[in-house]
Amino acid sequence: MINPEQKLNPKIFDNDIEQLPIRKGFGEGLLIAADKDKRVVGLCADLTESTQMHLLRNKYPERFIQVGIAEQSMVSVASGMAAMGKIPFITSYAMFSPGRNWEQIRTTVCYNDRPVKIAGSHAGISVGPDGGTHQAIEDLALTRIIPNMVVISPCDVIEAKKATIACAETKFPTYIRLAREKTPIITTENSPFEIGKAQLVFYPTKNERAEIGIIATGALVYKAIKVANELEKEGKKIKVLNLSTIKPLDEDAVWRLAHEAGAIVTVEEHQIAGGMGSAVAECLAKNYPVPMEFVGVKDKFGQSGTPDELLEYYGMGEKDIKEAVKKVLLRKK
Amino acid sequence: MRSTTPLTEEKTKILFEKAHAIRQSIIEMLIEAKSGHTAGPLGMADVFTYLYFHALKHDPKKFDWEYRDRLILSNGHICPVLYATMAHAGYFSLSELKTLRKFGSKLQGHPHREFLPALETSSGPLGSGLSQAVGMALAERIDFGQTSGKQIVCLTGDGELDEGQNWEAIMQAGKEKIQNLTVFVDRNNIQIDGFTEDVMPLNPIADKWRAFNWHVQEVDGHNFRALDGAWTQALSVFDRPSVIICYTIASKGIPEFERQYQWHGKPPTSPEEIDIARKALHIVRTMGGKIRGEHE
Repeated sequence: MINPEQKLNPKIFDNDIEQLPIRKGFGEGLLIAADKDKRVVGLCADLTESTQMHLLRNKYPERFIQVGIAEQSMVSVASGMAAMGKIPFITSYAMFSPGRNWEQIRTTVCYNDRPVKIAGSHAGISVGPDGGTHQAIEDLALTRIIPNMVVISPCDVIEAKKATIACAETKFPTYIRLAREKTPIITTENSPFEIGKAQLVFYPTKNERAEIGIIATGALVYKAIKVANELEKEGKKIKVLNLSTIKPLDEDAVWRLAHEAGAIVTVEEHQIAGGMGSAVAECLAKNYPVPMEFVGVKDKFGQSGTPDELLEYYGMGEKDIKEAVKKVLLRKK
Repeated sequence: MRSTTPLTEEKTKILFEKAHAIRQSIIEMLIEAKSGHTAGPLGMADVFTYLYFHALKHDPKKFDWEYRDRLILSNGHICPVLYATMAHAGYFSLSELKTLRKFGSKLQGHPHREFLPALETSSGPLGSGLSQAVGMALAERIDFGQTSGKQIVCLTGDGELDEGQNWEAIMQAGKEKIQNLTVFVDRNNIQIDGFTEDVMPLNPIADKWRAFNWHVQEVDGHNFRALDGAWTQALSVFDRPSVIICYTIASKGIPEFERQYQWHGKPPTSPEEIDIARKALHIVRTMGGKIRGEHE
């Protein structure tokens, strides 16, 4: 059942659940952050409306820097602004930032330990028709391996807004992963959010001991909850964690879930290698090894298609999550 | 404080002396470290001396003084000259220079401000410094409009201009008409693989910057009066960023090493090389033995 303390959207299992792009929450959150703190500035590489930074640009044009199609310079310009006391947010598509400008992020932001916030829009395979060149499925790996970096992958538009506001208040370099497509809104304004904290969104009715733990991040949290709900009807006892912060990892929550359930399935719209599942595996391998299955992209590039077509083709559909659950349960026994 | 008076004959002489003391420190650091870059640091010793001992507004006793000018070293590999100049200016003791490139040292092989907070930035991977300088200037403009009292100075190599990111930043600075940004390019014509015009031709280097709407000056990078004239002019330009292309001699001060790209990335190591370097600098430093050198 849905954890009532999470105050999730009561219409979560309805077919007509409202959907909005996760990136929209970033734009709204950035405007709120800018209202609250005049040190907040925005930089964009010729994708201002697409990445939703136009809200900040329209209200605070003097705090907006258009850098043109120059992602490498953009992040270093932001680093310079941070050195002078600003809290810069930079946006582009995740494929170009942190994709193209990775070394500049490493050296001028993280090595310098400056509070630049990197919002990578259009992340994941669900960008769809644009094709494989524009589908960033390596960005979590790229960012989480850099010291000092915080990595957040919000599950919906509301969580993206909260994450954006929250990260403006920390001194850490931060990567926020955003999806382009409309995504079901599963949280509400009242749902808890804290950087570095995993949220238990689903647990067995009657509070029984879970026999399987699903850890999901980003837009696929919705599918993970749906699958858990269906499998519960078949008698499976499942807990689902929404792991919106990939780094620092909520090791305590991950370890406890593995200890209770004895089997873990991770679900993410990202390469399996180096992604959220890998972060979970690193944690469990040293603390409490249990059988794991990874739902994600299996060392492949994407291609054009509708988001659902692609998620199914590349093994991240609801069917794949169910199969992973069944497989890991067999391995457990 | 930033000096507003022109260089006097007397001050020029002091800078000349200081630059040679810094060159001697650089050579001793490199000999001790057994690795590091020789050509760039020796070639830029005069520019660094001019900036730290005449041009810039800064306070070695209070490195984080809010109103200081900002110096961003983009070509981090020439950091021996930065470290030596900072030590001579009083940021830390001269004795620390011998720890260059050693474990736990403030003086990392390429600059890292976590180890030496007085640095404005960490650098090494080429081509990122100018973007940061542009960002600093833009942040200043948000806070102070055109009235910022801080000068943002960025030092780059010439070979470094091969990096495309520089041209992104050069374009941005031109677009924004940033007035308190000055770039000093070390035009020594060498890079690791050879002469710049063989590896990747940069000429017409001045025209390139001009085409991006910069105020361009070309000077002898070893002539303090020329540097002072260019800096003074750069300060007076209010509608665009300035670049001062400094023609320098790689490994300046050691005739046997001068102008040779082979000395880009290595220190003197053999007893013969060490002897040549020490003798050459000693001769200049002591005016041919007429005065006492700092390292004697």
